[in-house]
Amino acid sequence: MHLKLLLGLTAALFVTGLYAVAASRRPGCSRTVYGTALAVCCLALLVALGHLAGATAATLTLPLGLPWLGAHFRLDALAAFFLVVVNLGGAVASLFALGYGQHEHAPERVLPFFPAFLAGMNLVLLADDAYAFLFSWEFMSLTSWALVMAHHHEPANVRAGYLYLVMACFGTLALLLAFGLLAGPNGGYDFATIRAGTVTPGFAALALVLALLGAGSKAGLVPLHVWLPLAHPAAPSHVSALMSGVMTKVAVYGFIRIVFDLLGEPVWWWGGVVLALGGITAVLGVLYALMQHDLKRLLAYHTVENIGIIFIGLGLALAFQANHLNAAAALALTAALFHVLNHSLFKSLLFLGTGAVLTATGERDMERLGGLIHPMPWTALAFLIGAAAISALPPLNGFVSEWLTFQAILVSPELPQWLLKFLVPAVGAALALSAALAATCFVKAFGITFLGRPRTPAAAEARETDRYSLAALFTLAALCLLAGILPGLVVDGLAPVISLLNDGTRLMAQNSQPWFTLVPVAEVKSTYNGLLVLLFMAFSGTVAAGLIHRLASDAVRRGAAWDCGYPDPSPATQYTAGSFAQPIRRVFGSVVFQARERVTMPPPGDLRPARLEVELCDPVWDYGYAPIVAAVTAVSTRFNYLQFLTIRRYLSLVFGALVFLLLVLALWR
Amino acid sequence: MALITDYLVQGCQMLLVLLLAPLLTGWVRRLKAQLLRRRGPSLLQPYRDLFKLLHKEVVLADSASWLFRVAPYLIFAALWVAASLVPTFASGLRFSWTADLIAIVALLGSARFFLALAGLDVGTSFGGIGASREMMIASLAEPAMLMIVFTLSLLAGTTELSAVAQFMQTAEVGLRVSLGLALIALVMVAIAENARIPVDNPATHLELTMVHEAMVLEYSGRHLAMIELGAFLKLLLYLSLLGCIFAPWGMATAGAGLVAYLGGLAVYLVKLAVGGLLLALFESVVAKMRVFRVDQFLGAALMLGLLGTLLLFVSRSH
Amino acid sequence: MHGLAFDIAHLLAGGMVVVSFLMLYQDRVYALLNVFAVHALVLALAVGWQAYIQGAHHLYVTAGIALVFKAIIIPTALHRMVQRLDIHRTLEVVGGVGLDMLAGTALVALAILVMLPVTAAADALAREDLAFALAVVLLGLLLMVTRHNAISLVVGFMSLENGLVLAAAGARGMPLAVEISVAFSVLIALIVIGVFLFRIRERFDSVDMQALDAFREERRQ
Repeated sequence: MHLKLLLGLTAALFVTGLYAVAASRRPGCSRTVYGTALAVCCLALLVALGHLAGATAATLTLPLGLPWLGAHFRLDALAAFFLVVVNLGGAVASLFALGYGQHEHAPERVLPFFPAFLAGMNLVLLADDAYAFLFSWEFMSLTSWALVMAHHHEPANVRAGYLYLVMACFGTLALLLAFGLLAGPNGGYDFATIRAGTVTPGFAALALVLALLGAGSKAGLVPLHVWLPLAHPAAPSHVSALMSGVMTKVAVYGFIRIVFDLLGEPVWWWGGVVLALGGITAVLGVLYALMQHDLKRLLAYHTVENIGIIFIGLGLALAFQANHLNAAAALALTAALFHVLNHSLFKSLLFLGTGAVLTATGERDMERLGGLIHPMPWTALAFLIGAAAISALPPLNGFVSEWLTFQAILVSPELPQWLLKFLVPAVGAALALSAALAATCFVKAFGITFLGRPRTPAAAEARETDRYSLAALFTLAALCLLAGILPGLVVDGLAPVISLLNDGTRLMAQNSQPWFTLVPVAEVKSTYNGLLVLLFMAFSGTVAAGLIHRLASDAVRRGAAWDCGYPDPSPATQYTAGSFAQPIRRVFGSVVFQARERVTMPPPGDLRPARLEVELCDPVWDYGYAPIVAAVTAVSTRFNYLQFLTIRRYLSLVFGALVFLLLVLALWR
Repeated sequence: MALITDYLVQGCQMLLVLLLAPLLTGWVRRLKAQLLRRRGPSLLQPYRDLFKLLHKEVVLADSASWLFRVAPYLIFAALWVAASLVPTFASGLRFSWTADLIAIVALLGSARFFLALAGLDVGTSFGGIGASREMMIASLAEPAMLMIVFTLSLLAGTTELSAVAQFMQTAEVGLRVSLGLALIALVMVAIAENARIPVDNPATHLELTMVHEAMVLEYSGRHLAMIELGAFLKLLLYLSLLGCIFAPWGMATAGAGLVAYLGGLAVYLVKLAVGGLLLALFESVVAKMRVFRVDQFLGAALMLGLLGTLLLFVSRSH
Repeated sequence: MHGLAFDIAHLLAGGMVVVSFLMLYQDRVYALLNVFAVHALVLALAVGWQAYIQGAHHLYVTAGIALVFKAIIIPTALHRMVQRLDIHRTLEVVGGVGLDMLAGTALVALAILVMLPVTAAADALAREDLAFALAVVLLGLLLMVTRHNAISLVVGFMSLENGLVLAAAGARGMPLAVEISVAFSVLIALIVIGVFLFRIRERFDSVDMQALDAFREERRQ
């Protein structure tokens, strides 16, 4: 029943997309499309929550697609959880776009593809055979590519779209090969057959690597992340929120479905590989983010870091499952899936906030903003809550998933393999480092954009955004707070997913704990209570403020800034994004990015300005992709002469190919 | 009845840390002065300073926002809650299970987050200096602290601070190398987080050498009083942490009775006095490092913490 | 677990690893020499403690040699050498101190990875002491490799030898004759290096490795 409803709602999204193709030039079409998308996503969200609350898996086969295969669909706990994430993100983005979409100057390039994108993502989660999965995956990639190319007059967007297309094709190819390996020589492509069958260990390892390449490139694992910081910012802001907050989660779903569900019994070194990749991704992602001064690129690189954190949890879970430590695997899986939910919440919030800033000022570059907290106080408050949540500050939700991941790391001395014993503490240190650097990154992002004094007239003349955008922002902010103070509810909601992936072992029920405390493992006695921390802090703060205002002084006077007695009226003297990141650039960047600063000072008396130039080089691009691109270009240049042959030469080519094939045919027998 | 007593004891601990924090700073300042052969201010001078600041008018810059006004209370609240959760005279109090070591570290991180934002709020260059340097120090000090937390939790089997403190009092701990590494690393992190020499000079008047002071340059009146009190609480928190983990003798357990509590309180005051003396001695002997040597200092703390964790991971051999 | 005696031995061995790290952290020559003296002092304490709990009295002699020669005489001699040769007082580290310490941690992990599985039959604390001794040796080599200064070469070499002595003391091992011959060969090596440094200084006016490299012959094409 739930499954049929969801398929029907997906069809409704397709129809909306088709309607938008026809009617996008009409005024009010934008409102209609986004309103319908909002309603459909809310309905789908409720249906998915209903299924998660306690229903068994349902399957359905429709006579679409390949004639001998059909299209299989399945709704189980894992799909239901990811449907909740996708549709929540879709609903909030649609709500935001009800206000934001009014500013779109090329609606015919955005409106048809937005509902189609949502439909594609929903279909990926419901697919139960390889063909339906890959078809929906490609459909999702193509619609998002169309949305990335919506503002195609800017050459940067064109380059971003091209790179995105190449990486998406590469990813789909890897997944195709993975499914081919899993289906085996009999060609049983539906997931039920794959689950029931067995794969040789060599092929299983190869399938894992291909799944990492395919799903990892879509999610943004280093070194396959290069398209993400170019493509995510190029799309309109509500689409960026969907791509970063939701599409990357669909990629994580693909990985979990293949590795945890279809591959069968894991081997210990699979966990090690995933763990190591996750750790490297987390640290590199946040270091890249710290070097950026474009808000959207900073957020996109930060998505890379959070994907790294999710894969650290998944790697730990694989390692535990390989050693039959199912209770610990439940903890690690809960941490990873909780972070999936959290990241979709706060990353969408931050991208939508950036969209609001972009509409209000026309600028994305932090170095041209500043002081926005005065004209846009509500947007600033929502962005602050998002920044605090992503920096893992209690009592918000980012802290809970980080806490659970640390608890999973603290149970890992049980792992017997020596390499894992060395890898896990190193990854733990990398995780701690990336969490601290994330806080720095968001002090920079919020501080330079919203605080201080406006650096350009565009920033000085900003206005607060419309009420739809604010409603969307505050819905997400409220959800961040709720997930932080009632984490037991989320953990209990995740329980059916965990038992599905973990042979029935799950964490103990949290709803029986006093005061909504989170107690993941009873024997370990580690507990956390977000609600009480919030209450304590609120109590201390208000009591202190109240007592002081009553008993001491509450006088306030406005004046010029002190600034050690030399206040400078020019806002150019305050810190910029580059100067805020300078200590980090010097400490970490000089090693990772070979960051060099060059100062050219003109001699005294010369009226030219002094220049400070910062040079960074991207190690992944320079050592990974540039050689490949150079090789491909060299090979294709060598073969270019084939374009300019005479007619006689072409005919002899055809003749030679025919003779060769006949020879092969003769010798084969 | 027992419930009411428990809540009362927890409330007493919260008040105790609040009242003792300025006294500890006064003690450290007086000792430093006497080591330099000066008389030094009275032990109660920090209380007088706070009283004076609380009754003064606040002068806000024109470009300051609501965040600037709210931040001191947020910072104070986070630091007070964190300091109340560290066992002082007794362990296992009523609310000790709400937040474990990782949560305490994260609460300190929240305080620092809002302090850095307040530094950036007015839009002056000195606030930016303080905020960016503070976040650089934090980006290495927080992972080092988390590695220390991992080392302690792997030994005690839990991350909850009261349980760790009670474990340290039992005999099964022994003299472990990982504990020694954790002690050295925790001292280094404590010096960095409390803005003490050699990382930062709390008594400097030169803005280019400031880290913590530069962020609060624009604060005045009751806001400044809240932030100063928060800094005092942070110092008390770190000394209590060092005391309850590495010198846990004499701490009472919850429900042990008034005599045990008073004995625990006396021992705690002695520990604070000794800790303050060692801090004053260390600060008077060592010179301040230049800013880009601090990351090597904290990097060493991180490596020591990582080594401690690594040793515990590999010694659980099967 | 084990008694307090073994715990103290373990702690002293771990202390030597920490002091080796401290040597990697130093960026001034005189500070490096002082830390090297502390290194030798901790070695003397560790060997002396091993002598006490094993009842092996010849180890007291080893501890005495470590204390007198390596903690007092050699650092003073090197101090005078630095003053006479007017060697550059700050140490430049190849790649930066941060990377150096990261490499040091990786080397300690490598030492543990190598030693612990190999000595699976032995007593747990003895295995970890051997792993620490190997770590001290590797850290001494790292010190030699990552600095441009000649004095750090000498100090690294000495700390390497300290690690070997620690390993031998812990493993109920080296007879006194071997110990004395090893110590004498190190002393001879030190004297020879010192003589060479003076001669190089006279010829080229500098003992900086990078500057000396410029005087080498051109590489054959």
